Formats: sequence, structure tokens, C-alpha cells
Amino acid sequence: MARTTLPRIELACGMFEYDFMRNAFAAVTVVAIVAGMVGYFLVLRGQTFAGHALSHVGFTGATGAVLIGLPPLWGLVAMTVAAGIGMGVMGERLVQRDVAIGLVLAFSLGLGLLFLHYFTTYASQATSLLFGNVLAVDTGTIWVLVALSAVATVALAVISRPLLFLSLQPELADAKGVPPRLYSVAFLAIVALVTAECAQIVGVLLVFSLMIGPAAAAQRVTRSIMMGVLLSAGTAVIAAWVGLVLAFYSDWPSSCCIVAIGGAEYLLCCAIASRRELAI
Amino acid sequence: MNAIEIRNLGLALGGRTILEGISLDIGSRDFVGVLGPNGAGKTTLMRAILGLVSPSLGSICVLGRPPKRGNSSIGYMPQARGTAVSIRLRGWDFVAGVVNGHRLGLPILGRTARREVDRALELVGARELAYRPLSELSGGERQRLLLAQTLIGRPTILLLDEPLISLDPRHQGEVVGLVKSLQHEIGATVLFSAHDLNPLLGAMNRVLYLGGGKAAIGTVDEVVTSPVLSRLYGSDIEVVRLRDRIFVLSGNFDIEHDAHRHDHGSNDAAAHRIGVRHV
Repeated sequence: MARTTLPRIELACGMFEYDFMRNAFAAVTVVAIVAGMVGYFLVLRGQTFAGHALSHVGFTGATGAVLIGLPPLWGLVAMTVAAGIGMGVMGERLVQRDVAIGLVLAFSLGLGLLFLHYFTTYASQATSLLFGNVLAVDTGTIWVLVALSAVATVALAVISRPLLFLSLQPELADAKGVPPRLYSVAFLAIVALVTAECAQIVGVLLVFSLMIGPAAAAQRVTRSIMMGVLLSAGTAVIAAWVGLVLAFYSDWPSSCCIVAIGGAEYLLCCAIASRRELAI
Repeated sequence: MNAIEIRNLGLALGGRTILEGISLDIGSRDFVGVLGPNGAGKTTLMRAILGLVSPSLGSICVLGRPPKRGNSSIGYMPQARGTAVSIRLRGWDFVAGVVNGHRLGLPILGRTARREVDRALELVGARELAYRPLSELSGGERQRLLLAQTLIGRPTILLLDEPLISLDPRHQGEVVGLVKSLQHEIGATVLFSAHDLNPLLGAMNRVLYLGGGKAAIGTVDEVVTSPVLSRLYGSDIEVVRLRDRIFVLSGNFDIEHDAHRHDHGSNDAAAHRIGVRHV
């Protein structure tokens, strides 16, 4: 046994000799934790599609920012947060309306494409926006991600109780004096921040893999909210870590590996859940 | 003191008048069945008592005070059940979400709050149910948990909006019985809206009929009569009593089931309904 595990440990250590791998691990950890937690509420509220649309709006923001010479992350954050607040203000009904969201989603991708058209010199930039490129994250970006995650986590912690009440029993919460609009706006703003972060890791098209997949998987296997939130964060972190290791050794794109592991986790959780049901 | 006093109340939604000039008192231990066709204002009246809809006319007094949003002395079971019932969350967390739900912070409950949740679950006989996921509960079981939610904060008035909706007759009877015993236990005033008055006959001591913007309140014998209901609805209403059941018929359809009109004459319709109910 020892003979087979030893080289592997060396291999794993070898991975960390590279700056870009250390940065990548730091970035995915920071982002996956908060994405898992926020995603839990997103799934609970049935707003996953809204989350997806936000990331597409972020694409417009990022390409627009590059066009005027700003870092894409700024454009991402600005646009997603603005769109998140907009969706929240327009009300719960719109957020859950597939057609409206679908239109916003398509329109913003189209607009993003137009912006891309004007900076064709950086074709790789487009790919990394759409599919992420965590291996290119530098130390400066990590600190930005840490700051954004801290803001999102604190904000989520502060509003979590009324948000949960509203998500579980909207009418009753309204009657008990919880303003639905306010919390909807606040929550979608948080989602927007985290979406922008996730887009740095897996790109705007694959934000689901960190935000929705782990949360959905966690909700399959746990019935308690606290456990669900923690498990969701944990599942996201594991998907990101294992995905990175896989990417390092297989030389496949990191986003692809993270998405694959996330998908596998979801299937595993479904299997566990149905096994449990059979057992009862 | 009366639990709820309503004077010359007018309620409007989006410019449409729902209720106009109604006055009534609801005593502190009353079990009031709130009846009337869809759109008669049952939900709107409850929302006005909760302070979510402001009167366009007149006044409401809840325990001697004007309605206030977030009034902890009212327990409310809304008709819209939210999407949460379809997820795999355990009932305990579902009920616990209501405790101090309006306050900022993490949803972590202290010992007192946890005991409050257990008490509410105990009162509705749902201690066992509370550990199963919501998505696996039957309609009647879910109704118990929704009732438990209304009990958080120890209210003295329960506003229950259509708790019997989509339940079969057996479960309807169970829910009514449960609410009745709850009322006895916590000494509450109950407003219970429904589409059919029969399941409530044994439980309610007063009935409130809404229709055509007006209201009629009193005992079943006082209100559920042809003259009173005909005046309320402005058309000929027939009240048929059959054994221990009452059928309210208007023209060729049963007014409490106006969603399912019959093409037969009134006698046929009545016979048809009775046939269905007594098989």
C-alpha cells in the first residue's frame, strides 16, 4: 500500500509547486464555499434560472468592460449586480417567469457577442469569459474574490432568517411584516456578486456547476436547512478541488473537469437518496 | 371584548370594490365559517384583518386596535402554499422558519424557540411527521404542519384561508376536527374560510356569508336560509336540508360549487350532488 500511495503524494505535492495551481486552489476554495451556500437558497427559492440569466448578463458586462479598457471582472460585477437588483425590483413573479428571463438571457448574450465583435484581437478572452480559466487567476484577483466572498457571506448571514421565511412561506412572511421586495432585491444582489465570482472560475456558461449542482445534490440527501447549506458548500468545494486535480493530470480544461465532478456528485446524491427511499 | 370589530367596512382591490359597508363583530371564542363564491372577498377580508389591505371605507378593530402588519396575536394560514411543499425539507425546519422569521440574522434557534416549535407540532399532533420531508407528506399531513406554523408566536386569533382545499372528505373532517380541538386548547378565535359549509357544520358556532359585496353573519340557522341568502346574492337561492347536510342552490347550480356548473335542472343537480356525497 505504502509503495502505491507515496508517489501519488509526491505527485500531489508537485502540483503545488506551480504558482498557478496554488492560486487556482485558493480561488476555487474561496468561490466554491460561498457559491454552495448562496446556491442552496437559490434552489430553495426556485430561482435557478434567474441565476443562470444573471451570469449571461454578466457576459455582456465583462465584454463591455474589456471594450472600454476595464478589467472584465469589474464589468461582470457591475452588470450582474445591476441586473440582480433590477430583477428583484421587478418582483418575484418576473423572476420566476421563464419567458422573460429567457429573453433577457438571449439578449444579453447577443449584446455580449456584439461587444466581442469589436475586440476580436483577444479571441482567448472570449473563451475564458464563457468557459472560465481558473489557471490564469493571479494573486490580485484572489484578493478581489476573497473580498467579494466576504461581502456576500456576511450579507447572506444577515438576511438569512427572513429570507428563509420568505422562501418557505411567502404569504405568511408578508403578513408577519417581512417585506418581500426588499429581500428579493438583496438576495439577487448577493447572487449576482457570487455569479460574477463563479464566472471567474468556470465561466458564465457553467456557473450552474458551482452554484446549482452542489445545492441540488445537497437537497437530495439532507432534510435540514443548516446541514443542507453546509453540505452544499462542501460539495461545491470538493467538486472544484477534485476537478482541478483532474485537470492538472489529464490536461483537460479545468472548467470541464469541475463540471464533470459536480455532475457526478449530483448523480451520486440522487443514488444515495433513492437507496434510502428503498430502504424505508 | 370582541376579537374583531368591523364597522361600515369597504375593501377594494385594484379599483374593484370587493366589500362595501359591512359591519360585524366576532367574539373572542367564536369559530366562524367564512363562506361565499370565489372572488367574494374571503381572502381579502382576512388580508385586511392582517393589515395587508387598507380599507377604502370604515374601520377594522383587532383586539381593540387597528390592524397592523406583523401583528403577533394573529396566526395566519394563507391559501397560497408556496413552493416549499415540493422540496425535500423536513417539516420541523419548515415550521421553525416562522419563529422570529422577521428578524435579521442566522436561522439558528435557541432552546426556547425550539420548544415553541415542538409545542406547535405537539398541538397539531405532528411530532412524528416533522421529521419526514415535506415532499413525501399527504395533503392532510401538510395541512397539519401549516396549522403548526400559524401557532408560532401564540396567537389568539387564527385566520385560516381554505384549509380544506384539495382534501378528500375524510381528511377534510380530520382538519376541521383538529382546528376545533386546537381552538378549545388555546382558546382562540377562528375564522375558517371554505367553499362548502357542510364539513364545518359541527365545528362552527357562526357563519359569515360573503357575496355581492355584502356580508351576512349569524348562526347557521339564522343565515343559511333562502330569504337571507337570496337577499345577499340578489337572486333566488334555495336552501335544501337533507338529513344532516345543507345544500345551497341557485338557479341551476350549487352556489358553493359554482366552478362546476351542471347542465341539469336544479332538482337534478341537487340529486346529483347528493348522490355523489352519500355513495
